[in-house]
Amino acid sequence: MMAVIRLDNVSKSYGETVVLENVSLTIEDNEFLAVVGPSGAGKTTLLRMLLSQEAPSSGRILIDDAPIAAEPMPDRGVVFQRYSVLPHRTVIRNVMTGPEWLAAPFTGRVMGRARAALKSRARNMLDRVGLGDHATLYPAQLSGGQQQRLAIAQALMMNPKVLLLDEPFGALDPATRRAMHRLVLGLWAEHKMTVVMITHDLSEAFHLGTRVVAVEKRRHDPHAPHRYGSVITTDFDAKPRLARQIARAPA
Amino acid sequence: MRRLINRHPSRRMKILLGALPFILAVAIYAIAADARGADGPDKLMPGLNAITSAMSRLMFDIDRATGARLFWADTWASLARLGVGLGISAVIGLGLGVPVGFIPCLRALFEPFFAALSLIPPLAVLPILFILFGLGELSKTVLIVFGIAPFILRDVMLRVAEIPREQIVKAQTLGASSWQMILGLVLPQVFARLISSVRLSLGAAWLFVIAAEAITAEAGLGYRIFLVRRYLAMDVILPYVLWITLLAFAMDYALRQAHDAIPWTRFKEGG
Repeated sequence: MMAVIRLDNVSKSYGETVVLENVSLTIEDNEFLAVVGPSGAGKTTLLRMLLSQEAPSSGRILIDDAPIAAEPMPDRGVVFQRYSVLPHRTVIRNVMTGPEWLAAPFTGRVMGRARAALKSRARNMLDRVGLGDHATLYPAQLSGGQQQRLAIAQALMMNPKVLLLDEPFGALDPATRRAMHRLVLGLWAEHKMTVVMITHDLSEAFHLGTRVVAVEKRRHDPHAPHRYGSVITTDFDAKPRLARQIARAPA
Repeated sequence: MRRLINRHPSRRMKILLGALPFILAVAIYAIAADARGADGPDKLMPGLNAITSAMSRLMFDIDRATGARLFWADTWASLARLGVGLGISAVIGLGLGVPVGFIPCLRALFEPFFAALSLIPPLAVLPILFILFGLGELSKTVLIVFGIAPFILRDVMLRVAEIPREQIVKAQTLGASSWQMILGLVLPQVFARLISSVRLSLGAAWLFVIAAEAITAEAGLGYRIFLVRRYLAMDVILPYVLWITLLAFAMDYALRQAHDAIPWTRFKEGG
């Protein structure tokens, strides 16, 4: 499975206010791109456009040379900082949700042998993210870190080409964060996805990312602060591809 | 000396304190009624004996005109009206509120209309209902529905709007269609609110039942109260009012229990 994301001269403005200006970027297959930048610089806008939650004002976004669908689709999974699980479903049902929707268009519920198979797949996924013992709880009974593990597990059940992370660890304490970093790096290697992560934590960006880009306003007009949007100011290969491939060579 | 706001009553004290105003109210009434009744039976403040005998007549004796025990017939008639009215309102609220709240085009089409509809004072259209639907059960039910459904509908739509955008986007990345999102995401989350919404509209529902019964009916708690008002029969009116209050309290309690029986609502929404 390949996933090369290409942003082609993408701009976004809301009325007079320009948020992003002419962003062109090619994200290689299996890249882990970390996007950093100050608050309000348009990091989240960038992610929303990758999700098709919002449309670019101009420019195109392509995955494997095909324009992305105009609405959120299962090819791009997402984990938000909050609210990315269904509060009314238990942990295991949350993980089963995506495949169930796919398999049962009308009822949204699979039955019989298919259900048993899906359940065991969901259990494996929960074991992998360390929630095996919490399958029957509701999300509100979990800690913040556990909820994010659940959100990631739920997204991965769909085998997305691209995983989008919007400050997924922003609300977690440092120890939980470190554990989440290990988990995400492991899953990224196993699932061979392309990951785009928004963060405002530089050390996190360099620890996780194979490539780090900074989104920032380059020009500022004090009389009309909305005039200029953000651009990519820094683009840094955090871990050279070669070194990465050696590290991931079959052990 | 601890501040007043930091002094909490114990469990037993709490129950005692809660009961105190009730006991006081009954005691004051009994004493006042006794004082007024010293020189002969009093119409306006009947003593507890007079109330008991009037009520036992309504509860246990078969009325010659209708062939029923009036108190139970009244209770049943009012509860049936209330239940049917609330049930229809809840179905309308959920059945319209969810699709209209969730689908932008439907929302644009209906939201202003619903907002206007909910501002029409239901009692003001009561004559229209009587003209259109006659004086029977139908116009009473329509009155309750007209009074309650717009409130429930708007509450349901508000709740739909409160569902975090993130959840809806996430559902789409899990492949959900609009229908699947309604069925698997919106309905279950809104259902909890529907119960609370019905619970909050109980008071208004009773108001409309009694108002409709006051004008025209053959039985009903409100009908009875307004009927015996002509004879200043406080010995019937007072216990009927208490009974209505008790019924309303029981329904409120039952709906609260139903709400808390939904497992995931018991845990506070957290990080």
